[in-house]
Amino acid sequence: MPRSIDRRKLILGGTAASLLAGCDNRASAWFLKAMERWNEHFQAALFSPHRLAPELPPGTETPLRDFPQYYISDDLPEAPDDWTLKVGGIVRRPQVLTLDELKKMPRTAMRIQHHCVEGWSAVAAWAGVRVSDIAHLAGLDPRARYVEFRSFDSGYWSSWDLPSAFHPQTILAYEMDGMPLPPGHGAPLRLYSAVKLGYKMVKYLTEVNFLPNRTGGYWEDQGYEWFAGV
Amino acid sequence: MPALEIEPLDAPPSEAGPDRRTRREQPLPIRLTHWFNVPLLVLMAASGLQIFYAYPELGPRGALYRWYPLQGVQPPSWIRFGGWLAGARHWHFALAWFLMLNGAVYLAYFFWSGEWRRRLFLPKRDAANALRMFAYYTHIARTPQPDDFYNGLQRLAYTIVIIVGIVMVLSGLAIYKPVQLHWLTMLFGGYDGARVVHFAGLCILAMFVATHLVLVAAHPRDIIKMITGGGRAALDRPS
Repeated sequence: MPRSIDRRKLILGGTAASLLAGCDNRASAWFLKAMERWNEHFQAALFSPHRLAPELPPGTETPLRDFPQYYISDDLPEAPDDWTLKVGGIVRRPQVLTLDELKKMPRTAMRIQHHCVEGWSAVAAWAGVRVSDIAHLAGLDPRARYVEFRSFDSGYWSSWDLPSAFHPQTILAYEMDGMPLPPGHGAPLRLYSAVKLGYKMVKYLTEVNFLPNRTGGYWEDQGYEWFAGV
Repeated sequence: MPALEIEPLDAPPSEAGPDRRTRREQPLPIRLTHWFNVPLLVLMAASGLQIFYAYPELGPRGALYRWYPLQGVQPPSWIRFGGWLAGARHWHFALAWFLMLNGAVYLAYFFWSGEWRRRLFLPKRDAANALRMFAYYTHIARTPQPDDFYNGLQRLAYTIVIIVGIVMVLSGLAIYKPVQLHWLTMLFGGYDGARVVHFAGLCILAMFVATHLVLVAAHPRDIIKMITGGGRAALDRPS
Protein backbone atom coordinates (compact mmCIF):
# COMPACT_ATOMS: atom_id res chain seq x y z
CA MET A 1 0.00 0.00 0.00
CA PRO A 2 2.60 2.60 0.89
CA ARG A 3 4.44 1.70 -2.30
CA SER A 4 1.47 2.51 -4.52
CA ILE A 5 0.99 5.80 -2.71
CA ASP A 6 4.62 6.65 -3.29
CA ARG A 7 4.29 5.87 -6.99
CA ARG A 8 1.17 8.00 -7.29
CA LYS A 9 2.93 10.79 -5.49
CA LEU A 10 5.87 10.56 -7.89
CA ILE A 11 3.60 10.75 -10.92
CA LEU A 12 1.64 13.65 -9.43
CA GLY A 13 4.80 15.46 -8.46
CA GLY A 14 6.37 14.93 -11.87
CA THR A 15 3.30 16.20 -13.72
CA ALA A 16 3.08 19.24 -11.48
CA ALA A 17 6.77 19.99 -11.83
CA SER A 18 6.77 19.86 -15.62
CA LEU A 19 3.55 21.89 -15.75
CA LEU A 20 4.73 24.56 -13.35
CA ALA A 21 8.31 24.83 -14.48
CA GLY A 22 6.97 25.41 -17.98
CA CYS A 23 9.83 23.44 -19.55
CA ASP A 24 7.73 23.15 -22.67
CA ASN A 25 6.99 26.56 -24.15
CA ARG A 26 3.84 25.46 -25.92
CA ALA A 27 2.47 23.86 -22.79
CA SER A 28 3.14 26.92 -20.68
CA ALA A 29 1.63 29.23 -23.32
CA TRP A 30 -1.48 27.06 -23.41
CA PHE A 31 -1.64 27.00 -19.63
CA LEU A 32 -1.30 30.79 -19.34
CA LYS A 33 -3.89 31.36 -22.07
CA ALA A 34 -6.38 29.08 -20.32
CA MET A 35 -5.75 30.78 -16.99
CA GLU A 36 -6.15 34.23 -18.54
CA ARG A 37 -9.56 33.20 -19.85
CA TRP A 38 -10.43 32.00 -16.37
CA ASN A 39 -9.22 35.27 -14.86
CA GLU A 40 -11.26 37.26 -17.39
CA HIS A 41 -14.40 35.44 -16.27
CA PHE A 42 -13.42 36.08 -12.68
CA GLN A 43 -12.88 39.78 -13.32
CA ALA A 44 -16.10 40.17 -15.30
CA ALA A 45 -18.04 38.36 -12.55
CA LEU A 46 -16.48 40.58 -9.91
CA PHE A 47 -17.27 43.76 -11.88
CA SER A 48 -20.36 45.61 -10.80
CA PRO A 49 -21.72 48.45 -12.99
CA HIS A 50 -22.99 50.15 -9.84
CA ARG A 51 -19.89 49.93 -7.65
CA LEU A 52 -18.15 53.29 -7.65
CA ALA A 53 -14.53 54.06 -6.86
CA PRO A 54 -14.48 56.38 -3.85
CA GLU A 55 -14.30 60.08 -4.59
CA LEU A 56 -11.31 61.66 -2.87
CA PRO A 57 -11.39 65.03 -1.11
CA PRO A 58 -9.97 68.19 -2.74
CA GLY A 59 -6.26 68.66 -2.15
CA THR A 60 -5.39 64.98 -2.54
CA GLU A 61 -4.31 65.42 -6.18
CA THR A 62 -0.83 64.22 -7.08
CA PRO A 63 1.30 67.25 -8.09
CA LEU A 64 1.07 67.43 -11.88
CA ARG A 65 4.87 67.11 -12.30
CA ASP A 66 4.72 63.77 -10.42
CA PHE A 67 1.86 62.31 -12.50
CA PRO A 68 3.69 60.45 -15.28
CA GLN A 69 3.00 61.54 -18.84
CA TYR A 70 2.89 58.73 -21.29
CA TYR A 71 2.67 58.38 -25.06
CA ILE A 72 4.22 55.97 -27.54
CA SER A 73 5.20 58.59 -30.14
CA ASP A 74 8.77 59.89 -30.10
CA ASP A 75 7.53 63.43 -29.59
CA LEU A 76 4.59 64.85 -27.71
CA PRO A 77 1.56 64.13 -29.94
CA GLU A 78 -0.01 67.37 -31.13
CA ALA A 79 -3.68 67.66 -31.96
CA PRO A 80 -4.51 68.97 -35.45
CA ASP A 81 -6.23 72.35 -35.54
CA ASP A 82 -9.39 70.85 -37.00
CA TRP A 83 -9.53 68.09 -34.36
CA THR A 84 -12.82 66.23 -34.04
CA LEU A 85 -14.00 63.02 -32.41
CA LYS A 86 -15.61 60.46 -34.71
CA VAL A 87 -18.20 58.18 -33.14
CA GLY A 88 -19.01 55.19 -35.31
CA GLY A 89 -19.20 51.44 -35.62
CA ILE A 90 -22.64 49.91 -35.34
CA VAL A 91 -24.62 53.00 -34.36
CA ARG A 92 -27.70 54.51 -35.94
CA ARG A 93 -26.38 58.11 -35.94
CA PRO A 94 -22.60 58.28 -36.49
CA GLN A 95 -21.22 61.52 -35.04
CA VAL A 96 -18.40 63.91 -35.70
CA LEU A 97 -18.04 66.04 -32.56
CA THR A 98 -15.98 69.13 -31.87
CA LEU A 99 -14.55 69.81 -28.41
CA ASP A 100 -17.14 72.59 -27.90
CA GLU A 101 -19.95 70.19 -28.72
CA LEU A 102 -18.57 67.67 -26.25
CA LYS A 103 -18.31 70.33 -23.55
CA LYS A 104 -21.99 71.17 -24.04
CA MET A 105 -22.98 67.61 -23.19
CA PRO A 106 -23.70 66.61 -19.54
CA ARG A 107 -20.49 67.01 -17.56
CA THR A 108 -19.24 64.34 -15.17
CA ALA A 109 -16.45 65.15 -12.72
CA MET A 110 -14.56 62.86 -10.35
CA ARG A 111 -11.45 62.91 -8.20
CA ILE A 112 -10.21 59.32 -7.95
CA GLN A 113 -7.14 57.15 -7.66
CA HIS A 114 -5.33 56.01 -10.79
CA HIS A 115 -3.85 52.50 -10.97
CA CYS A 116 -1.03 51.80 -13.41
CA VAL A 117 -0.16 48.28 -14.53
CA GLU A 118 3.37 48.96 -13.27
CA GLY A 119 2.11 49.25 -9.72
CA TRP A 120 2.03 52.96 -9.04
CA SER A 121 -0.97 54.99 -8.05
CA ALA A 122 -1.71 58.70 -8.35
CA VAL A 123 -4.70 60.97 -7.88
CA ALA A 124 -6.22 63.52 -10.21
CA ALA A 125 -9.56 65.21 -10.77
CA TRP A 126 -11.11 64.60 -14.18
CA ALA A 127 -14.10 66.06 -15.98
CA GLY A 128 -15.72 65.09 -19.24
CA VAL A 129 -18.55 63.23 -20.94
CA ARG A 130 -19.68 59.75 -20.00
CA VAL A 131 -19.07 57.12 -22.69
CA SER A 132 -22.63 55.94 -22.05
CA ASP A 133 -23.90 59.44 -23.00
CA ILE A 134 -21.88 59.29 -26.23
CA ALA A 135 -23.40 55.88 -27.03
CA HIS A 136 -26.87 57.25 -26.33
CA LEU A 137 -26.27 60.24 -28.60
CA ALA A 138 -25.07 58.02 -31.43
CA GLY A 139 -27.90 55.51 -31.04
CA LEU A 140 -26.21 52.29 -30.03
CA ASP A 141 -27.10 49.17 -31.98
CA PRO A 142 -28.19 46.44 -29.52
CA ARG A 143 -25.72 44.03 -31.17
CA ALA A 144 -22.80 46.13 -29.93
CA ARG A 145 -20.78 44.34 -27.24
CA TYR A 146 -17.44 46.12 -27.37
CA VAL A 147 -16.07 49.56 -27.95
CA GLU A 148 -12.79 50.55 -29.49
CA PHE A 149 -10.89 53.78 -28.78
CA ARG A 150 -8.36 55.12 -31.28
CA SER A 151 -5.89 57.99 -31.08
CA PHE A 152 -3.46 60.18 -33.01
CA ASP A 153 -0.60 58.90 -30.80
CA SER A 154 1.08 56.72 -33.47
CA GLY A 155 -1.93 54.46 -33.62
CA TYR A 156 -2.23 53.74 -29.88
CA TRP A 157 -5.59 52.11 -29.27
CA SER A 158 -7.54 49.82 -27.00
CA SER A 159 -10.87 47.99 -26.92
CA TRP A 160 -13.20 47.52 -23.98
CA ASP A 161 -16.14 45.46 -22.83
CA LEU A 162 -19.30 47.57 -22.87
CA PRO A 163 -20.20 47.20 -19.16
CA SER A 164 -16.86 48.77 -18.15
CA ALA A 165 -17.19 51.47 -20.81
CA PHE A 166 -20.71 52.33 -19.60
CA HIS A 167 -19.66 52.49 -15.93
CA PRO A 168 -20.74 55.89 -14.51
CA GLN A 169 -17.05 56.68 -13.84
CA THR A 170 -15.88 56.07 -17.40
CA ILE A 171 -15.64 59.36 -19.26
CA LEU A 172 -14.04 61.08 -22.22
CA ALA A 173 -12.13 63.68 -20.22
CA TYR A 174 -11.26 67.18 -21.41
CA GLU A 175 -10.23 68.51 -17.98
CA MET A 176 -7.57 67.43 -15.49
CA ASP A 177 -7.22 69.03 -12.06
CA GLY A 178 -9.55 71.86 -13.06
CA MET A 179 -7.56 72.82 -16.17
CA PRO A 180 -7.97 71.93 -19.82
CA LEU A 181 -6.35 68.52 -20.33
CA PRO A 182 -2.56 69.15 -20.63
CA PRO A 183 -0.81 68.02 -23.86
CA GLY A 184 1.26 65.49 -21.89
CA HIS A 185 -1.87 63.82 -20.57
CA GLY A 186 -3.78 63.34 -23.79
CA ALA A 187 -5.08 66.75 -24.96
CA PRO A 188 -7.58 67.55 -26.21
CA LEU A 189 -9.58 64.45 -25.16
CA ARG A 190 -8.72 61.19 -23.44
CA LEU A 191 -10.52 58.21 -22.04
CA TYR A 192 -10.52 58.07 -18.25
CA SER A 193 -12.03 55.45 -15.99
CA ALA A 194 -12.11 54.28 -12.39
CA VAL A 195 -12.45 50.64 -13.36
CA LYS A 196 -9.46 49.90 -15.62
CA LEU A 197 -5.68 49.99 -15.50
CA GLY A 198 -4.01 53.04 -17.04
CA TYR A 199 -3.01 51.49 -20.37
CA LYS A 200 -6.67 50.91 -21.23
CA MET A 201 -7.38 54.65 -21.03
CA VAL A 202 -6.52 55.86 -24.52
CA LYS A 203 -5.25 59.45 -24.74
CA TYR A 204 -5.26 61.81 -27.74
CA LEU A 205 -8.60 60.35 -28.85
CA THR A 206 -9.77 60.45 -32.47
CA GLU A 207 -12.34 57.69 -32.73
CA VAL A 208 -14.85 55.74 -30.67
CA ASN A 209 -16.24 52.68 -32.46
CA PHE A 210 -18.96 50.45 -31.05
CA LEU A 211 -18.51 46.90 -32.32
CA PRO A 212 -20.17 43.48 -32.14
CA ASN A 213 -16.82 41.70 -31.86
CA ARG A 214 -13.88 41.99 -29.57
CA THR A 215 -10.67 43.48 -30.95
CA GLY A 216 -7.34 44.09 -29.24
CA GLY A 217 -5.17 47.06 -28.49
CA TYR A 218 -1.62 48.39 -28.58
CA TRP A 219 -0.41 46.64 -25.43
CA GLU A 220 -3.03 43.91 -25.50
CA ASP A 221 -1.70 42.67 -28.86
CA GLN A 222 1.78 42.43 -27.32
CA GLY A 223 0.63 40.25 -24.45
CA TYR A 224 -0.86 42.47 -21.76
CA GLU A 225 -4.24 41.49 -20.32
CA TRP A 226 -7.20 42.62 -22.38
CA PHE A 227 -9.71 43.00 -19.54
CA ALA A 228 -7.35 44.75 -17.10
CA GLY A 229 -10.03 45.76 -14.61
CA VAL A 230 -9.24 47.11 -11.17
CA MET B 1 -9.42 9.61 3.90
CA PRO B 2 -11.47 8.82 7.02
CA ALA B 3 -11.53 11.26 9.90
CA LEU B 4 -9.38 10.07 12.76
CA GLU B 5 -9.76 10.96 16.37
CA ILE B 6 -6.84 12.82 17.76
CA GLU B 7 -6.57 13.23 21.45
CA PRO B 8 -5.35 16.38 23.11
CA LEU B 9 -1.64 16.16 23.58
CA ASP B 10 -1.83 16.52 27.34
CA ALA B 11 -4.27 13.61 27.61
CA PRO B 12 -3.03 10.27 28.94
CA PRO B 13 -2.09 7.65 26.34
CA SER B 14 -5.10 6.14 24.67
CA GLU B 15 -6.66 2.97 26.01
CA ALA B 16 -8.06 2.11 22.61
CA GLY B 17 -8.02 -1.46 21.32
CA PRO B 18 -5.33 -3.02 19.15
CA ASP B 19 -7.15 -2.17 15.89
CA ARG B 20 -7.15 1.52 16.67
CA ARG B 21 -6.02 3.39 13.59
CA THR B 22 -3.17 5.78 13.86
CA ARG B 23 -1.84 8.47 11.58
CA ARG B 24 1.66 9.14 10.33
CA GLU B 25 3.60 12.06 11.71
CA GLN B 26 3.28 13.80 8.35
CA PRO B 27 0.02 12.56 6.79
CA LEU B 28 -0.24 12.36 3.01
CA PRO B 29 -2.36 15.51 2.50
CA ILE B 30 0.16 17.53 4.48
CA ARG B 31 3.10 16.07 2.55
CA LEU B 32 1.44 16.68 -0.81
CA THR B 33 0.43 20.25 -0.06
CA HIS B 34 3.86 20.90 1.43
CA TRP B 35 5.69 19.81 -1.71
CA PHE B 36 3.25 21.52 -4.07
CA ASN B 37 4.03 24.68 -2.15
CA VAL B 38 7.69 24.52 -3.11
CA PRO B 39 7.49 25.28 -6.86
CA LEU B 40 4.38 27.41 -6.40
CA LEU B 41 5.92 29.67 -3.77
CA VAL B 42 9.18 30.01 -5.69
CA LEU B 43 7.41 30.96 -8.92
CA MET B 44 4.97 33.28 -7.15
CA ALA B 45 7.81 35.08 -5.39
CA ALA B 46 9.90 35.37 -8.56
CA SER B 47 7.01 36.55 -10.77
CA GLY B 48 5.97 38.93 -7.98
CA LEU B 49 9.45 40.43 -7.97
CA GLN B 50 9.32 40.80 -11.77
CA ILE B 51 6.09 42.77 -11.28
CA PHE B 52 7.70 44.79 -8.48
CA TYR B 53 10.64 45.51 -10.83
CA ALA B 54 8.33 47.72 -12.95
CA TYR B 55 7.87 50.10 -9.99
CA PRO B 56 10.33 49.16 -7.24
CA GLU B 57 9.01 51.92 -5.01
CA LEU B 58 6.56 51.94 -2.14
CA GLY B 59 4.03 54.74 -1.85
CA PRO B 60 2.04 56.71 -4.42
CA ARG B 61 3.59 58.92 -7.10
CA GLY B 62 4.87 62.15 -5.61
CA ALA B 63 4.58 60.84 -2.04
CA LEU B 64 6.89 57.84 -1.71
CA TYR B 65 7.13 56.44 1.81
CA ARG B 66 10.14 57.96 3.56
CA TRP B 67 10.59 55.03 5.94
CA TYR B 68 11.34 52.57 3.12
CA PRO B 69 15.13 52.63 2.66
CA LEU B 70 15.27 50.71 -0.65
CA GLN B 71 13.21 53.05 -2.86
CA GLY B 72 14.04 52.36 -6.49
CA VAL B 73 16.25 49.33 -5.78
CA GLN B 74 15.39 46.78 -8.45
CA PRO B 75 15.39 43.07 -7.68
CA PRO B 76 18.22 41.36 -9.64
CA SER B 77 17.40 39.29 -12.71
CA TRP B 78 18.26 35.89 -11.19
CA ILE B 79 15.44 36.28 -8.69
CA ARG B 80 12.82 37.34 -11.27
CA PHE B 81 10.55 35.18 -13.40
CA GLY B 82 8.18 35.81 -16.30
CA GLY B 83 10.50 37.68 -18.68
CA TRP B 84 8.69 41.03 -18.57
CA LEU B 85 5.85 42.70 -16.74
CA ALA B 86 3.05 41.20 -18.85
CA GLY B 87 4.51 37.69 -18.65
CA ALA B 88 5.08 37.92 -14.92
CA ARG B 89 1.50 39.12 -14.38
CA HIS B 90 0.15 36.17 -16.37
CA TRP B 91 2.20 33.72 -14.31
CA HIS B 92 1.39 35.42 -11.02
CA PHE B 93 -2.38 35.53 -11.60
CA ALA B 94 -2.41 31.98 -13.00
CA LEU B 95 -0.39 30.30 -10.26
CA ALA B 96 -2.11 32.28 -7.51
CA TRP B 97 -5.20 30.12 -8.01
CA PHE B 98 -3.23 26.91 -7.56
CA LEU B 99 -1.46 28.24 -4.51
CA MET B 100 -4.79 29.29 -3.00
CA LEU B 101 -6.30 25.91 -3.86
CA ASN B 102 -3.32 24.17 -2.29
CA GLY B 103 -3.66 26.32 0.82
CA ALA B 104 -7.39 25.68 1.00
CA VAL B 105 -6.86 21.89 0.77
CA TYR B 106 -4.20 22.13 3.48
CA LEU B 107 -6.37 24.21 5.81
CA ALA B 108 -9.45 22.05 5.24
CA TYR B 109 -7.47 18.94 6.14
CA PHE B 110 -5.69 20.75 8.95
CA PHE B 111 -8.93 21.52 10.78
CA TRP B 112 -11.07 18.57 9.66
CA SER B 113 -8.50 15.97 10.69
CA GLY B 114 -7.65 17.58 14.00
CA GLU B 115 -4.02 18.03 12.93
CA TRP B 116 -4.28 21.62 14.15
CA ARG B 117 -4.10 20.33 17.72
CA ARG B 118 -0.49 19.29 17.42
CA ARG B 119 0.59 21.97 14.93
CA LEU B 120 -1.12 25.24 15.84
CA PHE B 121 0.47 27.58 18.39
CA LEU B 122 -1.85 27.70 21.39
CA PRO B 123 -0.42 30.39 23.69
CA LYS B 124 -1.46 28.69 26.94
CA ARG B 125 0.21 25.44 25.99
CA ASP B 126 3.12 26.65 23.88
CA ALA B 127 4.21 30.13 24.99
CA ALA B 128 6.50 29.01 27.84
CA ASN B 129 8.01 26.26 25.72
CA ALA B 130 8.59 28.69 22.86
CA LEU B 131 10.38 31.12 25.18
CA ARG B 132 12.67 28.41 26.58
CA MET B 133 13.36 27.13 23.05
CA PHE B 134 14.26 30.68 22.02
CA ALA B 135 16.64 30.83 25.02
CA TYR B 136 18.24 27.61 23.78
CA TYR B 137 18.68 28.83 20.21
CA THR B 138 20.18 32.10 21.43
CA HIS B 139 22.55 30.15 23.71
CA ILE B 140 21.03 31.53 26.88
CA ALA B 141 19.90 28.04 27.89
CA ARG B 142 22.09 25.00 27.32
CA THR B 143 19.62 22.20 26.82
CA PRO B 144 16.69 22.26 24.40
CA GLN B 145 13.15 21.97 25.67
CA PRO B 146 11.64 18.52 25.32
CA ASP B 147 8.89 18.79 22.74
CA ASP B 148 5.73 16.89 22.01
CA PHE B 149 5.69 16.48 18.22
CA TYR B 150 6.69 20.14 17.70
CA ASN B 151 8.24 22.53 20.17
CA GLY B 152 6.60 25.84 20.96
CA LEU B 153 8.83 27.80 18.63
CA GLN B 154 8.08 25.51 15.70
CA ARG B 155 4.37 25.83 16.38
CA LEU B 156 4.72 29.60 16.55
CA ALA B 157 6.61 29.72 13.24
CA TYR B 158 4.21 27.39 11.41
CA THR B 159 1.21 29.29 12.77
CA ILE B 160 2.63 32.67 11.77
CA VAL B 161 3.34 31.37 8.29
CA ILE B 162 -0.28 30.21 7.89
CA ILE B 163 -1.50 33.66 8.94
CA VAL B 164 0.98 35.37 6.60
CA GLY B 165 -0.23 33.12 3.79
CA ILE B 166 -3.81 34.24 4.34
CA VAL B 167 -2.71 37.90 4.55
CA MET B 168 -0.80 37.45 1.27
CA VAL B 169 -3.95 36.21 -0.50
CA LEU B 170 -6.04 39.07 0.88
CA SER B 171 -3.47 41.82 0.23
CA GLY B 172 -2.87 40.39 -3.25
CA LEU B 173 -6.58 40.56 -4.04
CA ALA B 174 -6.64 44.11 -2.65
CA ILE B 175 -3.92 45.17 -5.12
CA TYR B 176 -5.50 43.21 -7.99
CA LYS B 177 -8.98 44.73 -7.52
CA PRO B 178 -8.71 47.97 -5.53
CA VAL B 179 -12.05 49.23 -6.84
CA GLN B 180 -14.19 46.10 -7.01
CA LEU B 181 -12.83 44.90 -3.63
CA HIS B 182 -12.56 48.39 -2.23
CA TRP B 183 -13.55 47.36 1.33
CA LEU B 184 -10.69 44.87 1.36
CA THR B 185 -8.20 47.41 0.02
CA MET B 186 -9.27 49.89 2.71
CA LEU B 187 -8.54 47.20 5.32
CA PHE B 188 -4.88 47.46 4.31
CA GLY B 189 -4.89 51.26 4.36
CA GLY B 190 -5.57 51.61 0.64
CA TYR B 191 -3.88 50.42 -2.55
CA ASP B 192 -0.37 51.51 -1.61
CA GLY B 193 -0.81 50.13 1.90
CA ALA B 194 -1.81 46.77 0.42
CA ARG B 195 1.35 46.82 -1.73
CA VAL B 196 3.43 47.38 1.42
CA VAL B 197 1.69 44.51 3.22
CA HIS B 198 2.07 42.21 0.20
CA PHE B 199 5.78 43.03 -0.09
CA ALA B 200 6.35 42.73 3.66
CA GLY B 201 4.59 39.35 3.55
CA LEU B 202 7.03 38.21 0.87
CA CYS B 203 9.95 39.27 3.10
CA ILE B 204 8.51 37.37 6.07
CA LEU B 205 7.91 34.27 3.95
CA ALA B 206 11.45 34.48 2.58
CA MET B 207 12.86 34.70 6.11
CA PHE B 208 10.72 31.76 7.16
CA VAL B 209 11.91 29.66 4.23
CA ALA B 210 15.56 30.55 4.91
CA THR B 211 15.23 29.57 8.59
CA HIS B 212 13.26 26.47 7.65
CA LEU B 213 15.99 25.35 5.24
CA VAL B 214 18.77 25.89 7.78
CA LEU B 215 16.95 23.99 10.52
CA VAL B 216 15.85 21.19 8.25
CA ALA B 217 19.43 20.82 7.02
CA ALA B 218 20.41 20.37 10.66
CA HIS B 219 17.70 17.71 11.09
CA PRO B 220 17.74 15.76 7.82
CA ARG B 221 15.48 13.07 9.29
CA ASP B 222 12.62 15.57 9.14
CA ILE B 223 13.07 15.81 5.37
CA ILE B 224 12.70 12.04 5.09
CA LYS B 225 9.57 12.25 7.24
CA MET B 226 8.11 14.87 4.93
CA ILE B 227 8.61 12.37 2.07
CA THR B 228 7.70 9.04 3.66
CA GLY B 229 5.32 10.30 6.31
CA GLY B 230 7.35 9.01 9.23
CA GLY B 231 6.19 6.69 12.00
CA ARG B 232 2.64 6.02 12.99
CA ALA B 233 2.90 5.87 16.76
CA ALA B 234 3.80 9.43 17.52
CA LEU B 235 0.26 10.70 17.46
CA ASP B 236 -1.03 9.11 20.60
CA ARG B 237 2.12 9.08 22.66
CA PRO B 238 3.96 12.33 22.47
CA SER B 239 7.61 11.61 22.97
